[in-house]
Amino acid sequence: MKAFVGRWQTWAGFGIAAVLLFGVAPMVFSEFRLSLLGKFLCFAIVAVGIGLAWGRGGMLVLGQGVFFGLGGYMMGMHLKIADAQIRGDDVPDFMQIAGVRELPSYWEPFASPAFTLLAIVLVPTAIAAALGLGVFKRRVKGAYFAILSQALAAALAILLVGQTSLGGSNGLNRFRTFFGFTLNDPANRRMLYFIAAAVLLIVVAVVRQLMQSRYGELLVAVRDGEERVRFLGYDPANIKVVAYTVAALCASIAGALFAPIVGFIAPSQVGILPSIAFLIGVAIGGRTTLLGPVLGAVGVAWAQTLFSERFPSEWTYAQGLLFIVVVGFFPAGFAGLAVVLKRRRKAGTDPEGGSGKVPEVDSDPDAEKVGATS
Amino acid sequence: MDVLIGQLATGLSLGSILLLAALGLSLTFGQMGVINMAHGEFIMAGCYTAYVVQQIVSSAGVSLIISLVIGFFIGGAMGALLEITLIQRMYSRPLDTLLVTFGVGLILQQVARDIFGAPAVNVVAPPWLSGGVDILGAVVPKTRIFILVLAVVCVAVLAAVLKVSPMGRRIRAVVQNRDLAETSGISSRKTDITTFFIGSGLAAVAGVALTLIGSTSPTIGQSYLIDAFLVVVVGGLGQIKGTVIAAFTLGFLNSFIEYNTTASLAKVIVFVIIVIFLQVRPQGLFTVRTRSLV
Amino acid sequence: MEKPRRSSFRRSALAAGSVVAVTSLLLAGCGSKATEEDAANAESCVDTSGSTIKVGALNSLSGTMAISEVTVRNAIDLAVEQINGAGGVMGKQIQLVGEDGASEPTVFAEKAEKLISSDCVAAVFGGWTSSSRKAMLPVFEGANSLLYYPVQYEGLEASPNIFYTGATTNQQIVPALDYLKEKGIKSLYLVGSDYVFPQTANRIIKAYAEANGIEIKGEDYTPLGSTDFSTIVNKVRSADADAVFNTLNGDSNVAFFREYKNVGLTPQAMPVVSVSIAEEEVGGIGVQNIDGQLTAWNYYQTIDTPVNNEFVKAFKAKFGADKPTSDPMEAAYVSVYLWKNTVEKAQSFDVKAIQDNAGGVTFDAPEGLVTIDGENHHITKTARIGEIRPDGLIYTIWESPGPIEPDPFLKSYPWAAGLSG
Repeated sequence: MKAFVGRWQTWAGFGIAAVLLFGVAPMVFSEFRLSLLGKFLCFAIVAVGIGLAWGRGGMLVLGQGVFFGLGGYMMGMHLKIADAQIRGDDVPDFMQIAGVRELPSYWEPFASPAFTLLAIVLVPTAIAAALGLGVFKRRVKGAYFAILSQALAAALAILLVGQTSLGGSNGLNRFRTFFGFTLNDPANRRMLYFIAAAVLLIVVAVVRQLMQSRYGELLVAVRDGEERVRFLGYDPANIKVVAYTVAALCASIAGALFAPIVGFIAPSQVGILPSIAFLIGVAIGGRTTLLGPVLGAVGVAWAQTLFSERFPSEWTYAQGLLFIVVVGFFPAGFAGLAVVLKRRRKAGTDPEGGSGKVPEVDSDPDAEKVGATS
Repeated sequence: MDVLIGQLATGLSLGSILLLAALGLSLTFGQMGVINMAHGEFIMAGCYTAYVVQQIVSSAGVSLIISLVIGFFIGGAMGALLEITLIQRMYSRPLDTLLVTFGVGLILQQVARDIFGAPAVNVVAPPWLSGGVDILGAVVPKTRIFILVLAVVCVAVLAAVLKVSPMGRRIRAVVQNRDLAETSGISSRKTDITTFFIGSGLAAVAGVALTLIGSTSPTIGQSYLIDAFLVVVVGGLGQIKGTVIAAFTLGFLNSFIEYNTTASLAKVIVFVIIVIFLQVRPQGLFTVRTRSLV
Repeated sequence: MEKPRRSSFRRSALAAGSVVAVTSLLLAGCGSKATEEDAANAESCVDTSGSTIKVGALNSLSGTMAISEVTVRNAIDLAVEQINGAGGVMGKQIQLVGEDGASEPTVFAEKAEKLISSDCVAAVFGGWTSSSRKAMLPVFEGANSLLYYPVQYEGLEASPNIFYTGATTNQQIVPALDYLKEKGIKSLYLVGSDYVFPQTANRIIKAYAEANGIEIKGEDYTPLGSTDFSTIVNKVRSADADAVFNTLNGDSNVAFFREYKNVGLTPQAMPVVSVSIAEEEVGGIGVQNIDGQLTAWNYYQTIDTPVNNEFVKAFKAKFGADKPTSDPMEAAYVSVYLWKNTVEKAQSFDVKAIQDNAGGVTFDAPEGLVTIDGENHHITKTARIGEIRPDGLIYTIWESPGPIEPDPFLKSYPWAAGLSG
């Protein structure tokens, strides 16, 4: 009986979201605001992955900028090559200006759209899997993992700034076409927005399935009691790696969409600060829920656009306070607050809703001793 | 030959800077397991303390000495305040502490920007520290020698305090087994505050020292934060000697790689080396072996 | 318990998939395919009917670049105030709409879009880093609006929608090299921050050096924001070049010059020519650390002409006697006046009219007479080598014989032939 009810509410939820995103938003918002919303949706896609890895999996992923940047740069490379080909040149415009006559060898495969799309999906996944296996199999603790992923983001940003063939600190910009469609045409920009909205819905649906399946329960179990899961016969490392890889994939796809929607991808989207910025939306919305990260990411990004227009330095204070207050005192975020209120109202009856269970944010297994595996 | 000596001196100097920055962290992170992302801003607080003191006491030499002392207490007070208001509520959630202290760091940076302005401010080095010393053909700036000496002194004092003084014994007891220490009558709350005080104070001292070689601006802490954490992670939690050895190792590694390639590449390569090292030995160089089950 | 989950997964996936498929099919028909022409016929919403005309100022008022950009905003404010006081542009008072770029290229692009399409400004003054300019470029070209960019940069760009009032490389770097050659420098060491401007500048320097018999003894880059220069200064010292060409940015200069001085290197023995250190930065570095070193700009506060003395006086009166004036500020001030003069020559605020009439427009600037080049949208500028003196200000010790024609692609220099496509 519950499954049926759940299913009905899920369908309704997706339906309403689809109507809002595809129907209402384009009518209500101007073209400028719609592409802003498209950018926010990209952040929301990253947030969904973080919700899985951090909220359900307990892994503090501080380096999502790496995967976001990988996806963005790979898409950017393809778009620049495609632009050049339409103009009849061998190399993208910024390379011509820099006096580079030939396409560097690692650029060449990105001339093919199929390869690019495949690479966007596979490369960050492979890297995440390798990194995850290395870290989790060796039972490196969560704190170390957080610091390592931060350092990775910092290192990649430094590396990218030094590479002239990737645009250096300017990054890749001035995209004119997107897989054959000119980006100057507002109808095409709207199409990009629709693609971003569709991808968001798909990602939410897939992650929801993951969260509700047996794997999802295992993931939460690993978060709450890794040793016990090990005693039960499962390898927590593999479970964590899957979640981390899914998060990386989400970030990569989001980055790949970000590049054409916003019009550029640069090292400033890759480093430490953007990586941490991805987290704040998730924390505010409610990291353990499915929709919390989405709404939190969109909400925070929108608030930032609004407030930084008027109160730039006050916004920094607000950001800092948000981190402190939300993560410190309301770790379950707004979604958690909502659940608490709902539970208080429905005291005694089953609180399960359409978005799935809201596990409590419990104490970390790392709590007792952060560090040594001895 | 003078190049080699010069690079050795550079490695030693870089190591001593890393050590100063990471020493306080090895207490708060290494001993207490608290990830304090505002550690960089405590370093920054030390830098600005030196600046303010110099505005009041115009003699650069005297202001340096005074700042070192005052900086310790200011940094310590900030750390203790942070511990009492926020961190003590979050011991069961170390990863969340990371984000919360990041927020604190953001706010501190903006406060510095609002009070002192965004541009770098100049802290004048004392005249007896200007110029360099000729060692076998290489010229080593006196400021760097001063920082090296300061780092060694700090380590020595800290080690002595931890080993010999009652406070140090209490700190070590709480690190090794909190419950047993409390049963023995040690107030773990007070000890935590003390540890944080010392750790943050050391960060501010590092900041004062850093004004001798670099600029003082609101974002100065960010440049040292990741490196400090990596030093503590490589050195291993719980022991000072791990931090010392890791700091100098990374210092030498960085300066030699930088000499042969570029500074950017050196940062990346050192990072890769650290990741590989952690694969081989995930607990770091030295760890505390205890009888407790955790 | 497993079956319902599996089938619900399949059904959700099917549903999601069909939604996407249908949507994309519907939308595929909506967009237009790529052609060689860009859709440059954007509608302009600028309101020229009333007694005011809106322009935008887009600078970083927060973030890491705020240091430099706040002063640029001040200069723009001053220019607008003076122009309004003298009757405005074509009789209309200028209404300045200010936005904060927050030192982030994405924000610059976003705010530029907002200024153009929501605020309907006739032109935008601002930008600083090349990243911000590159991010804004497609916005201005797509909406067919105008940006006035006041910062010295690496050249190799000439957009019809941007006017560049800062120096391009042949007005700053090349004259500096000419000066060094004149002084008999036979070898150089290149130190820079690791990003586009120094990388491009050093390519130009190397081409010049090769054509003029100057040896490049070393080329080193450090990450932006780096504070440790012991290794680099060691290398510089042992390489023993005649001079150092410094393209470091921001706080890195502080650490570099302290190290340089402490190791015993002096401006007499091995001078350092810098292109990113202006009057404000001197204070942060500490005059005692940089006294006697050289800079290459087109404007210094100490230029002794009636026009400049007026400008400096007016600026200090409005913003404080302790605030220096520097090259980017002067370039921003000039850009507002150049826009006004172009509008008045064209008798229109229309973008096409401005583009058509810009060539030959002049302004009696604090740096001297400047003229807009209608082809590449840069302006003529006099190059000046300056020496930093103990009072913290920079004094001209050499200047080019007259204003230099801008050549962003270095087409008129035979030794630069291989540099750009």
